[in-house]
Amino acid sequence: MLEAFDKLGIPLHEREKLAGVAVDAVFDSVSVATTFADKLAELGIIFCSFTEAVQNHPDLVRKYLGSVVPYTDNFYSCLNSAVFSDGSFTYIPPGVKCPMELMTYFRINTEGSGQFERTLIIADKNSYVSYLEGCTAPMRKSSQLHAAVVELVALDDSEIKYSTIQNWFPGTKDGQGGVYNFVTKRGRADRSAKISWTQVETGSAITWKYPSVILKGDNSVGEFFSVALANNHQQADTGTKMIHIGKNTKSTIVSKGISAGKGNNTYRGSVQIMPKAENATNHTQCDSLLIGDKCGAHTVPYIEVRNPTARLEHEASTSKVSDDQLFYLMSRGLSEEEAHHMIITGWSRDVIKELPFEFAVEASQLLKVSLEGAVG
Amino acid sequence: MLKVKNLHACVAENKSIKILNGLDLYIRKGEVHVIMGPNGGGKSTLANILMGRPSYEITNGEVEFNGKSILDLAPDARSHLGMFLAFQYPVEVPGVRPWQFLKASLDAKAEANREKKISVREFTKIFNQKVEEVGINSNLIKRSLNEGFSGGEKKRNEILQLQIINPLLAIMDETDSGLDIDALRIISDGINSMRSNQRSFLIVTHYQRLLNYVKPDFVHILVGGMIVDSGGPDLALKIENSGYKDYIK
Ligand SMILES: Nc1ncnc2c1ncn2[C@@H]1O[C@H](COP(=O)(O)OP(=O)(O)OP(=O)(O)O)[C@@H](O)[C@H]1O
Ligand SMILES: [Mg+2]
Repeated sequence: MLEAFDKLGIPLHEREKLAGVAVDAVFDSVSVATTFADKLAELGIIFCSFTEAVQNHPDLVRKYLGSVVPYTDNFYSCLNSAVFSDGSFTYIPPGVKCPMELMTYFRINTEGSGQFERTLIIADKNSYVSYLEGCTAPMRKSSQLHAAVVELVALDDSEIKYSTIQNWFPGTKDGQGGVYNFVTKRGRADRSAKISWTQVETGSAITWKYPSVILKGDNSVGEFFSVALANNHQQADTGTKMIHIGKNTKSTIVSKGISAGKGNNTYRGSVQIMPKAENATNHTQCDSLLIGDKCGAHTVPYIEVRNPTARLEHEASTSKVSDDQLFYLMSRGLSEEEAHHMIITGWSRDVIKELPFEFAVEASQLLKVSLEGAVG
Repeated sequence: MLKVKNLHACVAENKSIKILNGLDLYIRKGEVHVIMGPNGGGKSTLANILMGRPSYEITNGEVEFNGKSILDLAPDARSHLGMFLAFQYPVEVPGVRPWQFLKASLDAKAEANREKKISVREFTKIFNQKVEEVGINSNLIKRSLNEGFSGGEKKRNEILQLQIINPLLAIMDETDSGLDIDALRIISDGINSMRSNQRSFLIVTHYQRLLNYVKPDFVHILVGGMIVDSGGPDLALKIENSGYKDYIK
């Protein structure tokens, strides 16, 4: 399995650490292998490809598939619902804390193909799971479409932590090819449940992606931590929706957008407080970092409050890597490139620290590689 | 160790602002030099130019470090040669931990000089020991580099870096300003313990009180971008009493 990763050149740093992570690999929307399934089965955890889930656990699939993202939701979710061939399925039984990170590696291999995988994660009452998703695609001249749907169901008192490192092929330096990453991700949090999305988005020519949480149950919590990078001709349009329905619901949004080259980064987010959501709170922080003078950063926050007890805070900032910071770090012996990298990962720290450790190292490396040529 | 000959420099973006106007300075191995002078005289500019800040342009003159011209070298290359600048106003770098920063600094230097990198364990030991010596609150060290540090804490952090990086030439720009009396003593002790016949210091200060602790070999007066007078420690005492009026035309 790990050898297969090697051959495919999947750039996972410290790959050996993966030995302690359960992995499912989905190439061209076909699940090729799942590790540690037996060990997880002892705890009643189901971690398998979607095809297997349909065959072996039809009741669960029938009950929850489409319950958070219906096929009528939007054009791309409809397309996905019509054509998806495989994906990843996870079920954590009541009271079980999943003892290892579950990970799915998605890859588009075939030229001229798209990927339409489907992910469904159900955390039953009082359970916990941390799930990682990594994406890569080799260089192709023509553009490719990735239209996935991810649904999370967090039942009462459970917690789902969902982390993504998205490194689909971003296109060439002059904007040829690259993946169109149009993904629908949404979770439902029941009473006292928590859903946390963390994403590091460095790839894709165009990204439209808004991992959201429906805070349905009282005291439920939604979080969104994001670093999105747009270099060369990339466009990253990403953000979240926090829909507060239950009482005392709480959401946190930390979005960091890095723009370089001719890249454009947009934070697009919506916070909705429904009439019955007494004492809902939201804190939103949107920071933009500009590298060079041909890139753009945009912030489009929507706020809709229909209950007067709500408390919302919004902070935003735009900055540049300052010459003073660069000189300071370089005077201590760091090269210009290293200095840039340190300043940028430091600036992204609030998000990167939310990632599981192995992923945090990889994320920092990815930021570095993705910015090569943009600095120095 | 350091030779500055007839140095002329202006602001790179606005060449009409000439700051250094024919400055000479000669520092041998093991010497401690002090530069004093009125505000705006060009002390910080000199310190920054020696370290290679790109916002200044050298229009004339030469700077040699250990016999080699360094004017074409970037700041990191100067650091690898053994130069160090303790900043008058250290900048804040959000999200970067002092530990991580200093380890990266030592690693970069080792790599440039083809030496072996220090292990994490050994580095951590030295780091913790120096943090305690310099009297930095251990909570501070968990925060981002200089972010939210008080003026004095920033200065102590510069001394921490000086002690860990262990340069051959330490340029210290008003490191003693804004320090409480305990910190002043810590810094002086730090400098004195680092003094050796291989290491030199260029200390910019406004206060003679530092010189009660650190005995310099030379004191220079910098006015209008030139060294207008040089002497021994007595010169600092004289300035303390009569100011710079004799030097300002
Ligand atoms: N980047 C710059 N752009 C414009 N003017 C500058 C720049 N750097 C320095 N100067 C000017 O050059 C002069 C010398 O400044 P410098 O900071 O070197 O003085 P200093 O001797 O260190 O003063 P102080 O004792 O107040 O620290 C000042 O008049 C300052 O305003
Ligand atoms: Mg100064």
